Amino acid sequence: MPTSEPLIVLDGVNKYFGPLHVLQDVSLSVARGEVVVVIGPSGSGKSTLCRAINRLEPINSGTITFDGQTLPAEGKALARLRSEVGMVFQSFNLFAHKTILQNVMLGPVKVRGEKPAAVRERAMALLDRVGIASQAEKYPAQLSGGQQQRVAIARALAMQPKALLFDEPTSALDPEMVGEVLDVMTSLAREGMTMVVVTHEMGFARHAANRVVFMADGQLVESAPPAEFFENPKSERARDFLSKILTH
Amino acid sequence: MDVFSDPTNIDVYVTGFLWILKLTAAGAVGALVIGVVLAAMRVSPVPVLRGFGTLWVNTFRNTPLTLIVFFCYFGLFSTLGLSLADDIDLNNYWLGVIGLAVYTAAFVCEAIRSGINTVPAGQAEAARAIGMSFFQTLTMVILPQAGRAVVAPLGSIFIALAKNATIVGTIGLAESSNAMKELINANGDAVIPIFLVFAGTFAIVLIPTGYAFGWLANRLAVKR
Repeated sequence: MPTSEPLIVLDGVNKYFGPLHVLQDVSLSVARGEVVVVIGPSGSGKSTLCRAINRLEPINSGTITFDGQTLPAEGKALARLRSEVGMVFQSFNLFAHKTILQNVMLGPVKVRGEKPAAVRERAMALLDRVGIASQAEKYPAQLSGGQQQRVAIARALAMQPKALLFDEPTSALDPEMVGEVLDVMTSLAREGMTMVVVTHEMGFARHAANRVVFMADGQLVESAPPAEFFENPKSERARDFLSKILTH
Repeated sequence: MDVFSDPTNIDVYVTGFLWILKLTAAGAVGALVIGVVLAAMRVSPVPVLRGFGTLWVNTFRNTPLTLIVFFCYFGLFSTLGLSLADDIDLNNYWLGVIGLAVYTAAFVCEAIRSGINTVPAGQAEAARAIGMSFFQTLTMVILPQAGRAVVAPLGSIFIALAKNATIVGTIGLAESSNAMKELINANGDAVIPIFLVFAGTFAIVLIPTGYAFGWLANRLAVKR
């Protein structure tokens, strides 16, 4: 569990989309091995926060530090940092022209320059772990959404990242496929992977998170262990949000 | 003797279409290479490169090919002294290839750029998220998918290129349209048959080419 210096630190982060102030002075630190679930209403800035951590969204002010290093602005240093932070997207984003196995192998082979034979073995083990090994030679479009998302997780894991970012990983899935993806995520959380998860899955937040962060209108409103947050939210905004999603 | 059985005439005909074939082949390779580089420039984050790509496309796409080929001969060769071969035919051939390539590259660039727009933004994000550079993202993820999306439009561009190759006749190369003119001048009694043979040759080769590109486009299409 959380030890030593935090892995991810956001300090006074501000981000604008034109006149829209989507991240307002957000500060957050994520310890090594910690699982932080970010929840909040649509448009509250949760996805932007998640994407800012590997600089898919550049920020306007403030600092983001990963593993003791300030996020590089661009170039090779930024690419190296991104290779250490896995990301799982809402829309899977598997490379449509590559097979499942090629999707998982591409990063380690092309970005890290690892030997294909060794990477293939690791990739197959990862696909086996997420339950897709038998589909390794298929193309993404031949798989269901849940299967594609599990491949996306395997692709991120193949880079042996220090942390994983999940940007609403189950929001584009048919309801019956949500469970299979959450199962994989839960087992990663148990193994001590550092995770930042933007999600609407309150069940996952309850049982897999170390901490729940509540965002509204670009501000980080509340941060507490899941039990405390769900039983006894401190802010009016969070109480209002929870009453809307938990009543039915 | 009948115009179509005179071996000299057959030779003029064959030579003419061989030039067209060579102009099209070299022009297509040149246009594809330049066009891909231009497309990469036009989507790059560097403003100077983007500007250069845009300038190229706007210049050559809006200039008549005849003028460009003329410039290659009278400008590059006659005035600036750029000689590409000692043999006069070969020199005109390469000057023509330059003209065809720089002109067609503008269209190839725009086709590829429209292909890039068919690739969802998430593909590039996923590539960047695993640590790929701009160049790797472009060459390993974006262009392979964009390329498959533009097989059919590229086919149309190359078919147009094959027909445009006849314009190199204006700077003296004995390609098919010059060959036709020569045969018509010498055989005033067979103008229409000669014309039909030359036009038919283009059609017989290019119609199946169009279908082949269509078939290839379907086969290579990326399923999403």
